Amino acid sequence: MRAAVIVFPGSNCDRDLAVAFEQAGFSVDMVWHKDATLPEGIDIVGVPGGFSYGDYLRCGAIAAQSPICKALAAHTERGGYAVGICNGFQVLTETGILPGALLRNAGLKYICKTIGLKVETSDSAFTEGYNAGDVIDIPIAHHDGNYFADDETLAELKDQDRVAFTYAENPNGSRDDIAGILSHNRRVLGMMPHPERAADSGHGGTDGTALFRALAGVLAPA
Amino acid sequence: MKARVHVMLKNGVLDPQGEAVRHALGAMGFDQVEGVRQGKVIDLELADGATEADVTKMCEKLLANTVIERFEIELL
Repeated sequence: MRAAVIVFPGSNCDRDLAVAFEQAGFSVDMVWHKDATLPEGIDIVGVPGGFSYGDYLRCGAIAAQSPICKALAAHTERGGYAVGICNGFQVLTETGILPGALLRNAGLKYICKTIGLKVETSDSAFTEGYNAGDVIDIPIAHHDGNYFADDETLAELKDQDRVAFTYAENPNGSRDDIAGILSHNRRVLGMMPHPERAADSGHGGTDGTALFRALAGVLAPA
Repeated sequence: MKARVHVMLKNGVLDPQGEAVRHALGAMGFDQVEGVRQGKVIDLELADGATEADVTKMCEKLLANTVIERFEIELL
């Protein structure tokens, strides 16, 4: 099983994400944003957290135009798996791979703390290690995590069971408490909370481990 | 040729920064302020021959996120 983790100038969770993949059994290639292709045989692409391009213009906006994001879009169009965490989620919405947008937190403050995250569906390669309704402890660390989508998009996300996670207590003003969503084919996950920061006993919590283990289980060669 | 692009959050999208500015103005005694929306102004210096249609494409592809923002183009 092979994962690629994209590195943008300003990414700062790229190594954490790589370690979480490795601990679940993946071999990991770090991929530079200027690369126009992903390595051959990649099973999943991770788009890490951080402040790509200094959050200039809008969070994720410049990263979304980088050469590697064209390759990422082609990978997801072919049905490839991808996960975007925090700034990675912002990049996935800016590329149009996932719907909606992430606005400035309603309280205007950068929030860095562990929150209760409710698993809304176990029907995905990312969430099948949890039960729907589970509340897990996962850190958030963002200034622009306020999920917005229009009424029609929200209805579609709910009808298709594509809301992966909601906040037990909404910290940032996200519509309908949304913390993470899935693509149409359920193979792309974007989420603001950081499961890779709750994937080792040294982190103070390991509730994120099940996400990476579940992925490893789905993507393991038969 | 120059173009000035105004990017504003769409109506109905919460603007917490604008709200904070409104609160601050109210606290300073400017009771006449009933609402504030904050946006961006982007000035482009363009080569001869560039058209408003080109700038529209730039706005749609990068300068604005049309999920949450609307834009207006002013040719200067």
